[in-house]
Amino acid sequence: MIAPESVPRVLRNASGRPLTLSQHEECFGPLPPGAPSLDVLEASGLTGRGGAAFPTAKKARLIREQRGHGKFVVVNAMEGEPAAHKDRTLISANPHLVLDGAQYLAGIVGARHVAVCVSRDDPIMVNHLQRAVHERDRHGARGVSFELHTPPWRYVAGEESALVHWLDDNESLPQYRPRRPHILRIGHAPVLVDNAETCAHVGLIARYGGDWFRRLGTPTSPGSALVSVSGAVARPTVLEIPLGVPVRSILERAGADPDPQAVLMGGYGGAWLDARHLDVPYANDALAPLGSSVGAGVIIVLPRSGCGIAETQRIARWMANESARQCGPCAFGLPAIAEDLARLALDSRGARAAYERLVDRCGAIEGRGACRHPDGVVRLVRSALAVFAEHVEDHVQGVACPASRSTRHYSAVPSLEREEELIWE
Amino acid sequence: MGVRRRVGGFVLLVNPILCDGFGHCAELAPDLVHVDEWGYPIIVTEPVALANLAALESARYAVRGCPRQALRIERVHDAH
Ligand SMILES: Cc1cc2nc3c(=O)[nH]c(=O)nc-3n(C[C@H](O)[C@H](O)[C@H](O)COP(=O)(O)O)c2cc1C
Ligand code: SF4
Ligand code: SF4
Repeated sequence: MIAPESVPRVLRNASGRPLTLSQHEECFGPLPPGAPSLDVLEASGLTGRGGAAFPTAKKARLIREQRGHGKFVVVNAMEGEPAAHKDRTLISANPHLVLDGAQYLAGIVGARHVAVCVSRDDPIMVNHLQRAVHERDRHGARGVSFELHTPPWRYVAGEESALVHWLDDNESLPQYRPRRPHILRIGHAPVLVDNAETCAHVGLIARYGGDWFRRLGTPTSPGSALVSVSGAVARPTVLEIPLGVPVRSILERAGADPDPQAVLMGGYGGAWLDARHLDVPYANDALAPLGSSVGAGVIIVLPRSGCGIAETQRIARWMANESARQCGPCAFGLPAIAEDLARLALDSRGARAAYERLVDRCGAIEGRGACRHPDGVVRLVRSALAVFAEHVEDHVQGVACPASRSTRHYSAVPSLEREEELIWE
Repeated sequence: MGVRRRVGGFVLLVNPILCDGFGHCAELAPDLVHVDEWGYPIIVTEPVALANLAALESARYAVRGCPRQALRIERVHDAH
């Protein structure tokens, strides 16, 4: 019942099982009575934990200002990033904290419905959330109804316009949104989409307030955040850390290789960070000058024995295969980029030409998809060319790189299910 | 009125989901559009002054000539 002074906050639960509603209220206290307050949310300074770090209160205000009946709050628990495990870890511990946050946000924007979205390919998560939603319905949720939705798994299915498209019309395809901010809708009803972790923080802010939230973190990146650490680590782990701690300290807590070559920050659409910079604070304003960001809270550790180009190539190839293939620059550009990377990584004669094409193609496809999927790949590739510049030069010169042919991989890229569809020589 | 309409600029926007990539627009508005190696349009992203009547005219040709109705002219307030 007492507000925790340090981490864990949203992961507070040592039982190893999801807390039931009564256990949850024992642990965190009930949601306070009274109307949910946008001012409290604003004072917290919370930013979205789904990747873009947009101020949560600002987004809520935009939806609150919309007219329209039957508004929705959508909880994005799709966790499409293969290297991310944070939303799953959170829901395996405190599903009701996520629902509390969604309920509070629904109160702020004037929504009656909360749609919780989780991939149907993750039956354990579906189960946890189903149970939690049932418990809510039995105990009454202050005029808010909860529904569970289970779109099929795809990387882009978690992109907010694709998710809303699914809810509206059963298609997990991103929508064209020329102007931003753009109000997503189900039928005519405006929709607020927030990541599951974002909702859990809201659940605590609702109880303990904005000032409490700011006791951890930095003035511009307040609060705590979940981080999925994988790659050269003893065991992939999810940690809750105060924002602003040195990246190195996160690696230490995760039992990572103490002397890595680089880390991939943010996820598959994120950016490599040279190990020289590991003392940088884990917060967007500190990471931005280094071309990096917190993103979806993913850190992949690449040891000195790994090949950053080969690693990037595997990710890019997988990301190319995950294109929704609605837009030409994404459908054709990403496979082309992946192929250039393969040549750079493995083909000593074609490496130089591949490198030059790669730079051109990154410039050509950036910003030209309906969603940001291709931009994520461009960011990843550009960061690889910068961080591994010396090594890129070796490949271009045809210097042998045994690591690029090794079968030991660090970025946990899933095998391609639909590889035959990929344009691939 | 006539003067005010010339204030500001415009951008030509493509909906990449609708676009079929045959590149017709690059022929209709060569000063604003060129095609990438796969035939999809790369459009000048800098706003163009509305006072540039030739550019505005060719943008209108492209919008009308696009078989997928994927193009749109949008007014913006700052332009060079
Ligand atoms: C290709 C792509 C995939 C995404 N996948 C997810 C996802 O799986 N889960 C998620 O929460 N956000 C995902 N996002 C971000 C969402 O579009 C959206 O920004 C987020 O859910 C908003 O919540 P937040 O403000 O709480 O971060 C993705 C974005 C892109 C471009
Ligand atoms: S940019 Fe790619 S992933 Fe996004 S909508 Fe277009 S084809 Fe689909
Ligand atoms: S004319 Fe229309 S459909 Fe054809 S390439 Fe241009 S924008 Fe695309």
